[in-house]
Amino acid sequence: MPDRGNISNIRLKMKKDTQRHKGPRTQAPEQNPEERRKNFQEVSLGYTPAMAQLEASRCIQCKKPKCVIGCPVRVAIPDFLKQVAKGDFLGAARTVKNSNALPAVTGRVCPQEDQCEKHCVIGIKGEPLAIGKLERFVADYERLHQKAETIETAPPTGKRIAIIGAGPAGLTAAADLAKLGHEVVIFEALHKPGGVLFYGIPEFRLPKEILEAELDYLKRLGIEIQVNYVIGKIKTLDELQEDGFDAIFIGTGAGLPYFLDIPGENLNGVYSANEFLTRINLMHAWEFPVFDTPLHHHKTFVVIGGGNTALDAARTALRLPTTEKVMLVYRRSREELPARLEEIKHAEEEGIEFHYLASPLEIKGTNGWVSEIVCQKMELGEPDTSGRKHPQPVENSAFPLKTDAVIIALGSGVNPLIAKSASDLQTDSHGHIELADPDINLTSRPGVFAGGDIVTGAATVISAMGAGKKAAQGIHHYVMKVKKTLI
Amino acid sequence: MFKILDKKHLAPQVFRYLLDAPDIAKKALPGQFVIIRLDETGERIPITISTADPTHGTLTLYVQATGKTSMEMSRMKIGDFILDVVGPLGNPSPIDLFGTVVLVGGGFGIAAIHPIAHALTQAGNKTISILGARTKELVILEEEMSKASTIVQVVTDDGTYGAKGLVTDTLQELIEKKEPIDRVIAIGPIVMMKAVADLTRPYGISTVVSLNPIMIDGTGMCGACRVTVNGEMKFACVDGPEFDGHAVDFEGLLNRMKTYLPEEAEAKEKYLKETEGKCRIAEISQIYG
Ligand SMILES: Cc1cc2nc3c(=O)[nH]c(=O)nc-3n(C[C@H](O)[C@H](O)[C@H](O)COP(=O)(O)OP(=O)(O)OC[C@H]3O[C@@H](n4cnc5c(N)ncnc54)[C@H](O)[C@@H]3O)c2cc1C
Ligand SMILES: Cc1cc2nc3c(=O)[nH]c(=O)nc-3n(C[C@H](O)[C@H](O)[C@H](O)COP(=O)(O)OP(=O)(O)OC[C@H]3O[C@@H](n4cnc5c(N)ncnc54)[C@H](O)[C@@H]3O)c2cc1C
Ligand code: SF4
Ligand code: SF4
Ligand code: FES
Repeated sequence: MPDRGNISNIRLKMKKDTQRHKGPRTQAPEQNPEERRKNFQEVSLGYTPAMAQLEASRCIQCKKPKCVIGCPVRVAIPDFLKQVAKGDFLGAARTVKNSNALPAVTGRVCPQEDQCEKHCVIGIKGEPLAIGKLERFVADYERLHQKAETIETAPPTGKRIAIIGAGPAGLTAAADLAKLGHEVVIFEALHKPGGVLFYGIPEFRLPKEILEAELDYLKRLGIEIQVNYVIGKIKTLDELQEDGFDAIFIGTGAGLPYFLDIPGENLNGVYSANEFLTRINLMHAWEFPVFDTPLHHHKTFVVIGGGNTALDAARTALRLPTTEKVMLVYRRSREELPARLEEIKHAEEEGIEFHYLASPLEIKGTNGWVSEIVCQKMELGEPDTSGRKHPQPVENSAFPLKTDAVIIALGSGVNPLIAKSASDLQTDSHGHIELADPDINLTSRPGVFAGGDIVTGAATVISAMGAGKKAAQGIHHYVMKVKKTLI
Repeated sequence: MFKILDKKHLAPQVFRYLLDAPDIAKKALPGQFVIIRLDETGERIPITISTADPTHGTLTLYVQATGKTSMEMSRMKIGDFILDVVGPLGNPSPIDLFGTVVLVGGGFGIAAIHPIAHALTQAGNKTISILGARTKELVILEEEMSKASTIVQVVTDDGTYGAKGLVTDTLQELIEKKEPIDRVIAIGPIVMMKAVADLTRPYGISTVVSLNPIMIDGTGMCGACRVTVNGEMKFACVDGPEFDGHAVDFEGLLNRMKTYLPEEAEAKEKYLKETEGKCRIAEISQIYG
């Protein structure tokens, strides 16, 4: 078990006025690849206070900070970095939390290289500030050093809000609404709240303990979380409104797995990434038989895809006790991999075998079980509508990969359960909920708001949180206006 | 937390549970199911809702103790709590005036057939229910089924009760007797549903089966429950569980049901060892298992 106690052991040298440090980016310590590829503990161990101060002091405190523009929720980055540099970690945490309710999560999972850090001016000549790692540091510091405070909320408004889905969008909306004095009930389909943060993103990237702490914060805000509640089945939107909810927020995500539509997908040993990750993260299949949900013992895995989901599935597969080899098949090249850079690096270090420019044709089996997957080579052609070079098959280039399991991680669509049960909720041809007023995330149905992956399709944690915040403001205005007209 | 209000041992390995679940009871319709998880380390298993009583807020479930989870459940007592019950899931069975409907139930499938038979009879159909079991003592719900259907016929493999043979023999007789059958609904073991579908196919009798693949979430999120119908991939939990029996790829389903056989056996063995001497169902399952 890596030693994490050092965060509190190191004595801080606090300088009165911090000088700018011009050195390279401060690297956070990590579990070494040989060790971590067989355990589920977090890969990055995070900064020590001294490291955090050193890194934060690289910031030149831009007057017009570009980094902030790159952040979907506009964290006051220079302000919190200044506090870190001075050693005021709790103050820094408060600054971050003003605009971001889950910094311990986003600091770990935001694709920073495409967001805040992409725009940091220090990055023009050198390496950008490690904003994500610092955000994580202050959130962790606060969790370990601050006693649970009672959170100030506005006086009760008497308004009741229903939140559907306990993913980052729903949780953020719930927290903001509770702080504004509304009574909030979250309805979640699964038996644990958290959405993808719980069932999708694995322990070695986002320890469940951190998520639990964030959920605890919501409970202290007085939010009720009703699990095992599939809206659209047990209750319709109409019924929620009849139950006296003044407004509803839908944050049900994009959890419907896509398959490949190639022969052999029904063989045993073929999983959607969602099934594979859910068995492990939500149901603890890696601890079978202590936990009752099984996972077949495979030796070799082929994962199809190149996003965060694919990398999470591959690295999770690697960590299972009987796994000998994990391959990843992606139809473009390394440059186009949509996953976070840090995950790609980690996966390479851990020994995942990447097969670029390849696409699956058929899964073959013996006795009903996967035995190999036939792929073909691809080459990159002209850029397509997404702006990325379009992969095209190379003729007569089929090649087999021997494997006994295949995990399909091709992204996901939205779940039609709620839209099916409410005909007046407008959706596009893919089933995404359409917003009638995108400024406040209002849907076509009065009093019903939506945000996160259910609106945008599979995106990021922080964008879902941003949508939750915006919707919370919209809902607040909506219910307070309704209240006034009633008086 | 969901309280077990009543529990009855009906037949070897077959138990009836009455659960306190008012919100689900209000909404459940024939053909729908719940997913339950007994405790923190438990797995999620789907179980058909046999009766939903909205007035008393209860659900009646029939569970066959075949593996670790269902056996553990069979050891729970009246007054105990089940940690998670989620539902009602799946699409309800269409209730309409079809004319004459033959309902074929095998094993715990009889529990699933029961609410559908009841609703169809209420809707004015002539309902002929065929109940199949291996042997006399495994015939469940006969009395309830007699009340719920126009005619009931019991069939046992060994002939210890009702007619001797298979449910398909009785169905074949009905067809040969020129009974004008408008619809067949078959729920039970996969091999039984397949046999029924194979029998009715040449006669062009519309046949519905209720599929029970391995499930996890039950909301369309994992794809574990995928089945091939008409050459297309469907998720039984959200697209089903009922499908056109003539279009289902039963071979594929049978194969997928084997995925966890070694692990299921491992879990069951471990459980039986741990509970040895303490558990009556262990003996029962050694006799019948
Ligand atoms: C494996 C994986 C790894 C990822 N890694 C990253 C990453 O590193 N960085 C990043 O930024 N993004 C990542 N993403 C994407 C990110 O997780 C999502 O964009 C984000 O979680 C979307 O949030 P959400 O709140 O909209 O929905 P979700 O997180 O999907 O939550 C929706 C919730 O609603 C519930 N629900 C659904 N239907 C109903 C219903 N009818 N009634 C009640 N509840 C319902 C679901 O059970 C779920 O809990 C990853 C995604 C996956 C799958
Ligand atoms: C929609 C649906 C409705 C169902 N309704 C009922 C019901 O009303 N009563 C009831 O007793 N069971 C029902 N089942 C089956 C039940 O879910 C399984 O029997 C259960 O998962 C067994 O769990 P276990 O741990 O006790 O046994 P396991 O150890 O998991 O399995 C024991 C045996 O049961 C078989 N099995 C495993 N999963 C299933 C499954 N999903 N369906 C059929 N056989 C399975 C295994 O192959 C094995 O032979 C239903 C299944 C579905 C999908
Ligand atoms: S929330 Fe994400 S994008 Fe914003 S500052 Fe934090 S790590 Fe960067
Ligand atoms: S752009 Fe970089 S240097 Fe400028 S304020 Fe932001 S983090 Fe600091
Ligand atoms: S059980 Fe997961 S999709 Fe049906």
